[in-house]
Amino acid sequence: MLLIACPWCGEREELEFHYGGQAHVPYPADPSALSDAEWGEYLFVRDNPKGPFAERWSHAAGCRRWFDVVRHTVTHEILAVQGVRPVAADQPRPVITP
Amino acid sequence: MTTPHRLPGRLPSGGRVDRSAPLRFSYDGVQYTGLRGDTLASALLANGVPGAAPSLHRRRPRGIATAGVEEPNALVQLDGPCSEPMQLATTVELYDGLTATSLSGLGRLDPAPDGSGYDKMHVHTDVLVVGGGPAGLAAALAAGRSGARVVLVDDQPELGGSLLCDREEIDGAPGLDWVHAVRTELSAQPDTRILSRSTATGYYDHNYLLVAERRTDHLGPHPVPGVSRQRLWHLRARRVVLATGSHERPIVFAGNDLPGVMSAAAVRSYVNRYAVLPGRRAVVLTTNDHAYATALALVAAGAEVPALVDTRPEPPTGLVEAARRAGIEVRCGSAVVGTRGDARITAVRIAALDADDAITGPVRELPCDLLAVSGGWSPAVQLWSQSQGTLRYDEALAAFVPDRAAQQVDSVGAARGVLDLGGCLDDGFAAGARAADLAGFPVSVPATPPHSGEAPPSRPRPVWIVPGEEGEPGDWQEHFVDLQRDATVADVQRAVRAGMRSVEHIKRYTTIGTAHDQGKASGVASTGVIARLLGARSPGEVGTTTFRGPYVPLSFALLAGRERGRLFDPVRTTAIHPWHVEHGARFENVGQWKRPRYYPQPGEDLEAAVLRECRAAREGVAVMDASTLGKIDVIGPDAGAFLNRVYTNGFARLAVGSARYGVMCRPDGMVFDDGVTLRLAEGHYIMTTTTGNAAAVLDWLEEWLQTEWPELRVRVTSVTEQWATVAVVGPGSRAVVTALAPDLDVSNDAFPFMTARETRLASGVPARICRISFSGELAFEINVASWYGLATWESVVRAGAPYGITPYGTEAMHVLRAEKGYPIVGQDTDGTVTPQDLGMEWVVSKQKDFLGRRSFRRPDTARGDRRQLVGLLPVDPAVLLPEGAQLVASADVAAPTRALGHVTSSYRSAALGRTFALALVAGGRERLGETVYAPLPGGVIAATVTDSVLYDPKGTRRDA
Repeated sequence: MLLIACPWCGEREELEFHYGGQAHVPYPADPSALSDAEWGEYLFVRDNPKGPFAERWSHAAGCRRWFDVVRHTVTHEILAVQGVRPVAADQPRPVITP
Repeated sequence: MTTPHRLPGRLPSGGRVDRSAPLRFSYDGVQYTGLRGDTLASALLANGVPGAAPSLHRRRPRGIATAGVEEPNALVQLDGPCSEPMQLATTVELYDGLTATSLSGLGRLDPAPDGSGYDKMHVHTDVLVVGGGPAGLAAALAAGRSGARVVLVDDQPELGGSLLCDREEIDGAPGLDWVHAVRTELSAQPDTRILSRSTATGYYDHNYLLVAERRTDHLGPHPVPGVSRQRLWHLRARRVVLATGSHERPIVFAGNDLPGVMSAAAVRSYVNRYAVLPGRRAVVLTTNDHAYATALALVAAGAEVPALVDTRPEPPTGLVEAARRAGIEVRCGSAVVGTRGDARITAVRIAALDADDAITGPVRELPCDLLAVSGGWSPAVQLWSQSQGTLRYDEALAAFVPDRAAQQVDSVGAARGVLDLGGCLDDGFAAGARAADLAGFPVSVPATPPHSGEAPPSRPRPVWIVPGEEGEPGDWQEHFVDLQRDATVADVQRAVRAGMRSVEHIKRYTTIGTAHDQGKASGVASTGVIARLLGARSPGEVGTTTFRGPYVPLSFALLAGRERGRLFDPVRTTAIHPWHVEHGARFENVGQWKRPRYYPQPGEDLEAAVLRECRAAREGVAVMDASTLGKIDVIGPDAGAFLNRVYTNGFARLAVGSARYGVMCRPDGMVFDDGVTLRLAEGHYIMTTTTGNAAAVLDWLEEWLQTEWPELRVRVTSVTEQWATVAVVGPGSRAVVTALAPDLDVSNDAFPFMTARETRLASGVPARICRISFSGELAFEINVASWYGLATWESVVRAGAPYGITPYGTEAMHVLRAEKGYPIVGQDTDGTVTPQDLGMEWVVSKQKDFLGRRSFRRPDTARGDRRQLVGLLPVDPAVLLPEGAQLVASADVAAPTRALGHVTSSYRSAALGRTFALALVAGGRERLGETVYAPLPGGVIAATVTDSVLYDPKGTRRDA
């Protein structure tokens, strides 16, 4: 079981969290403009690297905030943690990458 | 009964046993005595009992082979109020009145309830040290002096590890004096905790370890008031030091399973720690230095040791001379190639081996009643491996040792192949200081005190298979590799001949290493055998199998802890629950909620009660507790825009005071939830969700708000438990609500369908009443603050009494909604169903974008032969289709065939006077009027496909 440092609450046991899959897969700005293949890629295709992986977690049994984590998929070492802060629509979202 | 001091195997003095505390016990129905400090195994050996049941498969006689957790043979079932299966005689501490039955490999679960307490502790620590031998004690001492939080875990009743069994000296005094001093110092440290009788059983990610503490097992089988019997520690450590020691390996030779063949270290343990002599005339067989101490201990205890057989042609001179001075003949470059004996060993057969391990020269037979065997040492790397640390094979040690760490951990002492006392102390002190340092508590390394013991031992000569006197490996069916599994060299050879090369395959084919002991002692010996038979140069080329937790068997009761019975899962009840209980409701679990399923009257079964409840709702008036529906407040200036994105239909332009049914899809277009949402004010909606999906819907809304649409000014809050909801249903409902809410005009014109009104009930309770129907009948939902829930329910029942108001449960609710073709998400859908599949094109907006919309254009989602929701009327109106039944196109179709779909809901209808069902059927709406068939074990049921709305298709009754 992982020990995850929630950006707002500090280190907590994994069972307080929900996993949210790969990070930085934004909902397409205009789904109707996408081809079936592009839309299918968004719906169904995710990376599965051996190594650092940027992924999303939510502190479901705590502050209920979503945040991003870079986790090494072999060692499970957590390399970085970054909160997803509410930002204005025209500002880029904070992004952490492996 | 024999008195303890006259037992055949008990030494007159010495050992860690209390001769003033004799204990009576029974084994396989015979009464014996032992001493406090004994294990069941040492007490049995003191009484001259071999101490194991016959082997599981071949019924061969077996005896106690070791003195610890690695024991392969001596399994027992312990009697008690709830008897304990699969205990090891070598680890069970003796108590007065202990009653044990030997087991051949399989225990019996006691069906009696376990009345003992089990609990859990969650602890964070800076340094965790596993193992209380010399290395572990040194590590704990060094780390503890830094002021760091330290936890020391040891599986024995007293600290000391090998010092309990070996006669070593530290600082010019017996080793156990040093242990006592260390214990005293550790106990005085405010942040150091010592867990004895505690076994670290699992090592998981991020330095998370599970430790099983046996708190009262040694006191007997009865629950001790106020004390849990066992405790599961969940430990999270910044640094871990593994000082788990090592296990002595057996040697594989013909007849190596007879009672009386025992680990040499175990023999030393029985003699020195328990003051028990397991045999009078002992031969020692070894590949290394350590068994010489066993031979000398046996002689010192008064046993005869006619021979020590060393596989090495030239063992260290000092050892050989010491043995010879004690009158022991040392046979170098030799091995035991066979044994004699029926019930237990009576003689060994000894021969010289050449450099290729082949027998040379004559075989000589030597009578004995004990054979002490040391095949070398296997570091206990189980926890290390569980932590994902790698292993390497060390040729000089002939053992797998820890290599690269994968977590914040060090392995020290015998656990990494350091076999001399001085090396273990040095290792422990250094690692303890390092662990504290890395955890943020710098400290200097204590100086190692002077100590006895030789320098690191000389090189062993492993002999992985001692050849049989006759035949080939394929014939050697008495060369045991895994005693508990009765697996031999012949079995491994069969696996190799079958083409297996991987140790993992051979393990599964032969079952070697899969018993309760998980091959602790025999694992590396098995690898050695496999390497020999594969012609590998060394066991390192074969490797080990994967080590998995738990390190020792754990009881389910311990894993469950207090989370059993009523505390297994939270139980949620509504404010109205006491009334349901009082009125005989039968409940069903919906998520964690207890919901009334039906309210049987005397003599009624489920079917009769449901037909009566449905009739009341359709013909009179009925009442249901709908409080469990999920309720979410959606508040903020962008609430309408937000709901427009998550629902397939529009909510932004919904009038204040009005309600609308909505469907939510995932981006893939599949139905995720549904429910009615009411607009209370310009920026305030209250959404209802299905009972079981409430938490998932809240998660879903929060996720989109936080991660994709943070610019939307919306807050969502669960208010499920803040509101109680009473549904008053049926043509008589208007009269009941009139009596209940005298200030409210309940006419259709003043209070139309799908609107809500705030009012004050006659009782004075403020209420929000909605005209919502999940039955197709005229219906009102009365929402009050949950603390008024019970009183409001009771006032509804009183107001309805003149009209024969009937409480109904979820079963009747299901029938009523199914008659109207209303699907239940999760029952009539399964994550592969679109709103269109449900016949709900009308709920899918053509104007706006929403989650899932793009997917309705995907080729797969637009297919014409998708499974669609339809009604089914069995041709025989009395026959009930089972839910889940598969449907096919022809009555006599032969399997295998492709199913058209399946039945999702099926009931008896009072209103229709017959059975009916809902089903998902491929291209179902094109099949109206066709017959489909459900082939079932009892015969084929034919049913006609119909529209899914079977009752009041024009919808006239909701405004009745």
